[in-house]
Amino acid sequence: MYVAVKGGERAIENAHRLLAHKRRGDQSVPELTLDQISEQLGLSVDRVMSEGSLYDRELAALAIKQARGDLIEAIFLVRAFRATLPRFGASEPVDTGAMRVQRRVSSTFKDIPGGQILGPTFDYTHRLLDPALAQGFVPDAPATAEASTAPTPRVTDILGRDGLIESSPQAEEGASVGDLTREPLNFPADRDLRLQNLARGDEGFLLAMGYSTQRGYGRNHPFAGEIRFGEVEVEFVAEDTGFAVPLGAIALTECQMVNQFKGSATEGPCFTRGYGLAFGQSERKTMSMALVDRALRARELGEEALAPAQDEEFVMSHSDNVQATGFVEHLKLPHYVDFQSELGLLRKLRKEFTDAQAPDAMKEAAE
Amino acid sequence: MTTIAELPPGFADKVLSAQSTFRSVMDAMARPGSVQRIVPGAGAPEPMMRGTAAIALTLFDHDTPLWLDARMAESTDVVKWLKFHTGAPVVQDSSIASFALIGDGAVLPALERFALGTSEYPDRSTTLILQVESLDSGRFFELRGPGIDGAAMLQASIKPFDLFERLHLNEALFPRGIDVVLVADDAVVAIPRTTRIVSKGS
Amino acid sequence: MNAPAYNFAYLDEQTKRMIRRAILKAIAIPGYQVPFASREMPMPYGWGTGGVQVTAAILGPQDVLKVIDQGSDDTTNAISIRKFFAKTAGVATTTATEEATVIQTRHRIPEATLNENQVLVYQVPIPEPLRFLEPRETETRRMHALAEYGLMHVKLYEDIARFGHIATAYAYPVKVNARYVMDPSPTPKFDNPKMDNCPALQLFGAGREKRIYAIPPYTQVVSLDFEDHPFEPYRFNAPCALCAAENSYLDEIVTDDKGGRMFVCSDTDYCEGRQAAGHHGSLSAAPYKEKAQEASNG
Repeated sequence: MYVAVKGGERAIENAHRLLAHKRRGDQSVPELTLDQISEQLGLSVDRVMSEGSLYDRELAALAIKQARGDLIEAIFLVRAFRATLPRFGASEPVDTGAMRVQRRVSSTFKDIPGGQILGPTFDYTHRLLDPALAQGFVPDAPATAEASTAPTPRVTDILGRDGLIESSPQAEEGASVGDLTREPLNFPADRDLRLQNLARGDEGFLLAMGYSTQRGYGRNHPFAGEIRFGEVEVEFVAEDTGFAVPLGAIALTECQMVNQFKGSATEGPCFTRGYGLAFGQSERKTMSMALVDRALRARELGEEALAPAQDEEFVMSHSDNVQATGFVEHLKLPHYVDFQSELGLLRKLRKEFTDAQAPDAMKEAAE
Repeated sequence: MTTIAELPPGFADKVLSAQSTFRSVMDAMARPGSVQRIVPGAGAPEPMMRGTAAIALTLFDHDTPLWLDARMAESTDVVKWLKFHTGAPVVQDSSIASFALIGDGAVLPALERFALGTSEYPDRSTTLILQVESLDSGRFFELRGPGIDGAAMLQASIKPFDLFERLHLNEALFPRGIDVVLVADDAVVAIPRTTRIVSKGS
Repeated sequence: MNAPAYNFAYLDEQTKRMIRRAILKAIAIPGYQVPFASREMPMPYGWGTGGVQVTAAILGPQDVLKVIDQGSDDTTNAISIRKFFAKTAGVATTTATEEATVIQTRHRIPEATLNENQVLVYQVPIPEPLRFLEPRETETRRMHALAEYGLMHVKLYEDIARFGHIATAYAYPVKVNARYVMDPSPTPKFDNPKMDNCPALQLFGAGREKRIYAIPPYTQVVSLDFEDHPFEPYRFNAPCALCAAENSYLDEIVTDDKGGRMFVCSDTDYCEGRQAAGHHGSLSAAPYKEKAQEASNG
């Protein structure tokens, strides 16, 4: 006698109860608060906001807590919530030149107007595990000085004044900005959609793709023209008011790569650009993004696109970790109907193979 | 002049009326020639029929450029009502319209003037919403094609009289083409681009 | 923090309009994949988000919903999706094929003949039948535009040259209305003939790949083949061990580690219906009991 497997509903409920229990862990250990996550795991929050495409530190912290620290799962939670939000329109372009800079470095000039500002960075720390951090660590108060009022113009703008770098391609006046979350993506895609795709793209994927360009798969001779991190104002023009209303400030990291020059019969030689932008402090992400953005401009700049990072269908179709994780992990779902069909075919092919071999074997035995 | 407040209302229940209207239109499209009923859940500004108004509220929005024929466009109520309830941009160029509302079929422009889609994207074509006199009396049309079990008999009173002759264009262009939704009050019949007319009675 | 509040059937109305427009074009151009701006859903991509979005766009309070995965109403993903709609749309659900007005499926077509009042919604992972022959969307789109399907026939013919048979056991390509080559989703090829001239509307949703396509009712659907190698559906040659059905698709169940196995209907509703009607297979537990089954998984 055989009884078919049933009762999946209860199994699901029980699994979710167990998950909630595991999420909480040992209950004698104090529960994490969202503030703790937001304040002390700030870079995780930044990544979840960037790749989740939603600027809300508290929701990102909640997602990280709910996901037990699995950042791709947290990004997924934020995205699913974002998809249900009404869309009121697009903000005015933010002016990163007017950023209240907390960190700003350029590898192309020793000094720049407004100065190099090291800011909060892991750079130049020695990566030694610090036992002092294990418990009760109280950091020294940060060093302070008079706030500088000097403007901090973008390095690429300084180069641009002399025509040494291509002018930033401008969209037509009044042209709407593409949005791949609202309209299906078609190839070839314009740069606005490519940049949106990369901004939402998986940091690890972009890191590997950017790295591959440095190792010769679509090399583009990058210099980190500038990386800046700080706050910018966001403004929105509502149709009925007719003027820009400030919505608040957001923290952004921007990376402008200065890349190998181009030139043609009609155009003097100049450097080219790669661009990266992300919420919060996300330097690895924005630098990788800038490398990949530049690589994806191959077509537009008349370069031969042979490397993976230059292939927009390849990059854009595989950069999204929510899509990728869903499809990879869906292999966990039952496939036994298809497997059975394959089994049937394989058995048939094997039988035919054995049958075909059999006369030969008998012949050999007789010899 | 009518103010917004005096315009006929939209759906009382936006969510459920849109759902039931969509199912009627979907069934119509899936079963060409069959007459589907729309449960009228909204008002309609003259000369728009109740069925047309419900379809507009169900399918039109900011993303669907809309072309109006002269009969529709001359009614400021229709234009205002559409703008207020759907937000769909009204365009002068019929070849970029997602939908075209035809109040007077007798002067329907040549079908080539609407979007016919491309070979790569045949879906980027105009859907005509054509108001007709009747979908239960008039001439008989025998239709065949996907969605039809054998043949479907449609009895309708349609202008332009040569609509089905004009729709032969769909045969030559397929997969590009024009999809038509006929509306008479609360009745709808769809003629997607795959439907072929085999005979016409009187 | 913005507290979440969700619409009937989860999707907002703007998203539903966009999906509904895509569905209408999909029906008008049978077998053609209409691009749509698929949304992130609260379940992962690859787990039925396309089917869920299509179902959410068509579902109304009058509908009765059935969800199956691998032919069964009781697989975990089917339960999860059914619960999602019961919760967000408050619709009635059923496991009985003939009671359902909307059936969402992954990998199977029910054994019972569908009727005109039903819509079958397929979950599709890779909608492009040419994808594994040509990974580029720009290329495959051009091939569809020109109805240039030689590559597919070459692939199938290479199978024959190598194995003596067409080595595609599921997601077996079909031609719809003599125009578009279409992926039927990963259903076993056993199910392909059910798509042809089907009285129900068939809708296909691919969420991650952002495509919707359709087969209207009573539309010709032909499995690709060759005159000398005609299409043949596969079914393990045995009666169902529970209901003795001779013509249903069977799951193979491994019963021990010594080669023991048995075969039972993959369509659990069909199998239970037959058992309730008095059909018994070699291993059926008669009389059929719900309780005992729950215990095995609790």
